[in-house]
Amino acid sequence: MSGDIALTRTIAAAPPDSGAGRRTALLSGLGRTALYVALPLAVIALWQGLFELGLIRPILLPPPTRVAQAFWTLGLSGELPRHVAISLLRVLEGFAIAALAGLLLGLAIGLSKKVDRACDLLIQLVKPIPPIAWIPLAILWFGIGEAAKVYIIFLGAFFPILVNTVDGIRQTDQRFVELARILEVPRRRFILKVVLPGALPAIMTGLRVGVMVAWMCVVASELIAASSGVGYLIMDARQLSQTDVVLVGMITIGAMGKLLDSLLKRLERRLITWKTSFGGQ
Amino acid sequence: MAELRIKTLVKRFSQASGAVLALDGIDLDIPSGGFTSIVGASGCGKSTLLRIIAGLEGDFAGEVSLDGRPVGGPGLDRGMVFQEHRLLPWLTVEENVAFALNGPTPAEVRELVSEHLELVGLGSFAKAYPGQLSGGMAQRVAIARALVNRPRVLLLDEPFGALDAMTKIIMQQEILRIWEAEHITMVLVTHDIDEAVFLGDQVVMMSARPGRVKAVLPVSLPRPRDRSSPHFIDIRRHIFGSFFAEAEETFAYAI
Repeated sequence: MSGDIALTRTIAAAPPDSGAGRRTALLSGLGRTALYVALPLAVIALWQGLFELGLIRPILLPPPTRVAQAFWTLGLSGELPRHVAISLLRVLEGFAIAALAGLLLGLAIGLSKKVDRACDLLIQLVKPIPPIAWIPLAILWFGIGEAAKVYIIFLGAFFPILVNTVDGIRQTDQRFVELARILEVPRRRFILKVVLPGALPAIMTGLRVGVMVAWMCVVASELIAASSGVGYLIMDARQLSQTDVVLVGMITIGAMGKLLDSLLKRLERRLITWKTSFGGQ
Repeated sequence: MAELRIKTLVKRFSQASGAVLALDGIDLDIPSGGFTSIVGASGCGKSTLLRIIAGLEGDFAGEVSLDGRPVGGPGLDRGMVFQEHRLLPWLTVEENVAFALNGPTPAEVRELVSEHLELVGLGSFAKAYPGQLSGGMAQRVAIARALVNRPRVLLLDEPFGALDAMTKIIMQQEILRIWEAEHITMVLVTHDIDEAVFLGDQVVMMSARPGRVKAVLPVSLPRPRDRSSPHFIDIRRHIFGSFFAEAEETFAYAI
């Protein structure tokens, strides 16, 4: 009588056996990839086309071919990888501190009305200050070394992580709270088995937003006071009117941001297997 | 011998528009080891009554006592099954049942969990996740979880209300089997007269606004009960009549 298991979770479709079926699957896979890259490729094509027609001056916007060339040179010389590595390290340091602090304080605020009340005003006042506005103070306090940049990144990533963690905890299902009361579940287990797993989707959103902001902040802080990093690369190239190198820096920033977000998305999918959400039609 | 005793219970809910009287002077004896069905229309306060017994609702006047001890809050002597299964979606079936256990060692937990999953017929689904279960199976897990602490009383708040008609009948038979196996007191709240008569030793009829006990009807039919037997139908008709007498008369005049 209990043999009726309804597998509501999606089971990957069995691989098609026939050659025709396989070909259809392959084509639909190619179709998906084509759809994914079509728009960026079109932009590049348009850009190159405008250059070929003589409509844009290379000093203002060098064509994709020249940017690709600069990529190649900077990549081979090791200059680009070095700047990327330095920026990435700064992001990871600032983000790690922000994640730790944001999660811990978020947990304390989310679980306790008193802590929430005590911290709320200060948080609401500091949160709207853009991290960039902190740069002058950060330089006064920490000089132009690594600490100033890590501090700016920390400030940028901290608030999205904090706010989302608190939100996730506050959204704990009231029905599960009642259940835990009925079962006299100890507080520790209640937090570990009910509150945290329930808040995990929101926490992951906070981490993803946080890493994005961290990446933006590193570039901003390197634009102003640095002698290394992708932001410095851009600023230095601007002073030498190397527009192609400026674009190399910008595109690298975009690509790294996309990479970091993809990594966190993958982690999220691995951690949250029980949630079925709307993925578009 | 009355195990669960409710005396002159009054419960008010305060709302923006003023206080609403949810329960007005409930007197009820629920015998030990018996099966009591509480039936009434929605809004009659039957779920509130059950939640007070469970200890989820405080701030009432009157007395609720279990074995002579007043009920002041939740306790492991009372288990509860809600209308929705309330299984934690990120825990497996066995983890969900183990979630209820506080004291025992890991080995004891394993044994208790598997024993109770066997009891509800889900021994082979220990590693499944709630999202992979049908509604009836999920409710079985919820029953196992409510029983794993060996409560004296199991409170059932319309537990089969969201199930399809076929599954509902199977679950009604299952809950009787579990009741007979576990020898505990069961209190079932339902709006389904057929279900109330099929399961209960006594059927408590409640009227709405304010919630009052209209009548308590003992059902002495032998088990397993035959829903199509004349006696069963008589009892059902009697309960139906006492709820809908006025409505039926209006209907007759209209014709």
